Amino acid sequence: MIDITIIGAGVMGAAVAYYLSRYNCQVVVLEKENDVAEGTSIANSGIVHSGHDPKPGTLKAKFNVEGNRMYPDLCAHLHVLFKQTGAFVVAVNEEEKQILQVLKEQALDRQIPCQEMDGEAARQIEPNLSDDVIWALSLPTTGVVDPWEITLGMMEEAVLNGCELRLNEKVVAITERPDFYEVTSENNGQISKLQTRYLINCTGVYGDDVYRLLEPELDFFITPRKGQYFVLDNTIAPLVGRPIYPVPSTVGKGILAIPSIHENVLLGPDSEEIKDKENVDTDRARLAFIRQALTKTVKNIPFDKIIRSFAGLRPTPSTGDFIIREEEKHPRFIQVSGIESPGLTAAPAIGKYIADEIIAAATKYGLKTNYQNRRKPLRLAGLSIDEKNKYVQADARFGRIICRCESVSEGEIIDCIHRPVGARTVKAVKKRARPGAGRCQGGFCEPRVVEILARELGISPMEVMFDSQRSPIFVGETKQAKGE
Amino acid sequence: MNTVELVIIGGGSAGMAAACGAYEAGVRDILILERDKELGGILLQCIHNGFGLHYYKEELSGPEYAERWEKKIEEYGIAYRLDTMVLDITADKVITYTNTVEGYTKVRAKAIVLAMGCRERTRGAIHIPGFRPAGVWTAGTAQRYLNMEGYLVGRRIFILGSGDIGLIMARRMTLEGAEVLGVAEIMPYSNGLPRNIQQCLRDFEIPLYLSHTVTNVFGKDRVSGIEISQVNQKFEPIAGTEKRFDCDTLLLSVGLIPETQLGQNAGVLLSPKTKGALVNDINETETEGIFSCGNVLHVHDVVDFVSEEGLHTGKNAAAYLQNKLMRAEEANVSAGAGIGYVLPQRVRKTLAEAVTFSFRVTDVKKNAELLVKVDGKVVKSVKKRQMIPAEMERITLKAEELNDLQSELVLEIRED
Repeated sequence: MIDITIIGAGVMGAAVAYYLSRYNCQVVVLEKENDVAEGTSIANSGIVHSGHDPKPGTLKAKFNVEGNRMYPDLCAHLHVLFKQTGAFVVAVNEEEKQILQVLKEQALDRQIPCQEMDGEAARQIEPNLSDDVIWALSLPTTGVVDPWEITLGMMEEAVLNGCELRLNEKVVAITERPDFYEVTSENNGQISKLQTRYLINCTGVYGDDVYRLLEPELDFFITPRKGQYFVLDNTIAPLVGRPIYPVPSTVGKGILAIPSIHENVLLGPDSEEIKDKENVDTDRARLAFIRQALTKTVKNIPFDKIIRSFAGLRPTPSTGDFIIREEEKHPRFIQVSGIESPGLTAAPAIGKYIADEIIAAATKYGLKTNYQNRRKPLRLAGLSIDEKNKYVQADARFGRIICRCESVSEGEIIDCIHRPVGARTVKAVKKRARPGAGRCQGGFCEPRVVEILARELGISPMEVMFDSQRSPIFVGETKQAKGE
Repeated sequence: MNTVELVIIGGGSAGMAAACGAYEAGVRDILILERDKELGGILLQCIHNGFGLHYYKEELSGPEYAERWEKKIEEYGIAYRLDTMVLDITADKVITYTNTVEGYTKVRAKAIVLAMGCRERTRGAIHIPGFRPAGVWTAGTAQRYLNMEGYLVGRRIFILGSGDIGLIMARRMTLEGAEVLGVAEIMPYSNGLPRNIQQCLRDFEIPLYLSHTVTNVFGKDRVSGIEISQVNQKFEPIAGTEKRFDCDTLLLSVGLIPETQLGQNAGVLLSPKTKGALVNDINETETEGIFSCGNVLHVHDVVDFVSEEGLHTGKNAAAYLQNKLMRAEEANVSAGAGIGYVLPQRVRKTLAEAVTFSFRVTDVKKNAELLVKVDGKVVKSVKKRQMIPAEMERITLKAEELNDLQSELVLEIRED
């Protein structure tokens, strides 16, 4: 009997696992994909919002504000890059300026630092703000984080402390027994069952579908809401130094310019309710709309420096708020559904709340005495030559650069493969060490990454996957290689 | 910090030729820095024939062509480091590089030749919409997998872009037993060399869809299909013209871009047209003592011309190091009507030697006349039956034809 099973290894599942891993209890995470952070967590804005935006009295407001306050220490503890950039919400007319007043009141009510300024003053700080901007609300506690890295950081430390991550396990049935749940999962046609006292649903856009495996009468549903983005090359000076929000509308926080933690600027997202929960394609019309919409708030956008576009899905709940509760009808089934924006910011606060106030409070699990901290990922960027050479002396492969765009050495790639929750795929390596994230988009480094993965994992290059288990790079060997 | 007379960044065709040019002009302290495991650059993955027709008057494969230059490098005893990545160059010519033997190392050069080649334009840069599964590669990456690693990336292939690498790959994949369903080209004409259109597409009956582009990519895990659409004169897809192809791979041959990042770190100024450095007639950039040649300067279609450009650049880098360089005021060189770009962008006045100019036309020109104007006066005209953007053209002006040059030399096309 397992104590706690978490379904989903996105940022939410990782946060719950991380805060639970401090307690003496057995935790299993079931993830249907081939890596952590593959759903909503793989494609979003990477902003740690201040908490000014959600409606008063909502769980979104509560956990956003708490999460924002937790981020600096959490990231320092996990060795995850975090930058408190601050943010501007900008108004281009009197009507929008009125809305800024409302946001400011909301921020002050929540003890969120903020400051108003006119367009001129804002442009002094952010020269690429549109000339139409007349007023700005500055929110200095806003930050940026890499959503892949924070998910991985929390999951890795959880695994280090005994949590078990099972990838490629898709939950297909949940049966309620008197004192436990029986969870049936499928991995490539192979069926497994486990018994668990607690079951926590952190499945993003699938939150309603997974709950429906247990409960036919749902009081909520989840709509996938697609958002598309452009990514700018990080070799040019960042367009903006902090996220620039337009004033919010009914469909969300609007289209932003966001300096990512890796100094790429993200442009987006738009907002489109769709039906298919697997549909993360981009389309021309939407991307054109983003370009158009952005010119309202930002100028001098170097559209010729776009290196990629992508789309992600937000799990939008029919209730309008996060759904975080132990189900009354199903004791010990904990719902963590509808975690759309500001979910990335709120995740640590929600994870801690579930671990401490729902589970530990009810079970009296004691705290671990032998808790392990995660080892710092090896990252040579930013080190001096002498410091880098210390790594090279220990292992010469730190002297070989595999990704020239992002300056990633072979040593760093090997490290990310052999850590807990290690990279198994080309995409997983990109998510951890960044080869392929630069302007050549893997054109140069991908063959080398495939070779390193095959060698380090002891598999044939034919078995190396791009991302999912169904995404091989190669379909065969050449005639010459086969000796024909 | 060590000092080296001449550091050459890149050991492909341009870098090897520049090294040989400098050596033959008397420089001995030369260091080539190459990121791959052997010299030769992109030639090593080009196992097809067609290299060396101009320079050697014979038809070689890429590796054979590279080998001839490697032999010269060995024969001259020119130093090189392999498996070595250059990370930074400063305007005062301090180069930071790294490899597994020396670690992160700085070296000071008296002169530098930038010969880093080019990179392929990606899917992201041209905003192909759709899903982002495995199965979308630039043609050059797929070529590397195929010719150097021995792996086939797909069995049913569609190719976007009719650049030469895409055409060569269409043939190569076909010979490996894959089915190439078609090639789409956004322009109304092909971007590859005519001989490649014939030998790689027509000979295999692979359809070429001109004025078409890829408008969707299907498949969540691995490509399951793509959609192409016809485009209008503004290159926008025309609704209702969509065609779907079921395939497992989309290869992109949609342009090459000089890999100039290192030069930019050193303050080298770029041409918006070529995306390579702005240079004078000895291929010196606007940063003194930093030279540039080959595909990092402008994208070539024939390696023989890269070698010639490299030799010329190396020879002049040597003259610079030996203080034999004749400095003079420089006149501008401009692309006039019908010319996409012309190189060099500046030429020294009162020059006692011939200068070869490289250029490309903006679009297909038939029975047109190339005019060379010196300060507004036509000094030379050449009739050409056909010029196409895919083929780099060259014209050499004798010293006496440049005698009167004061402020500007213009190349332009006169059409009937």
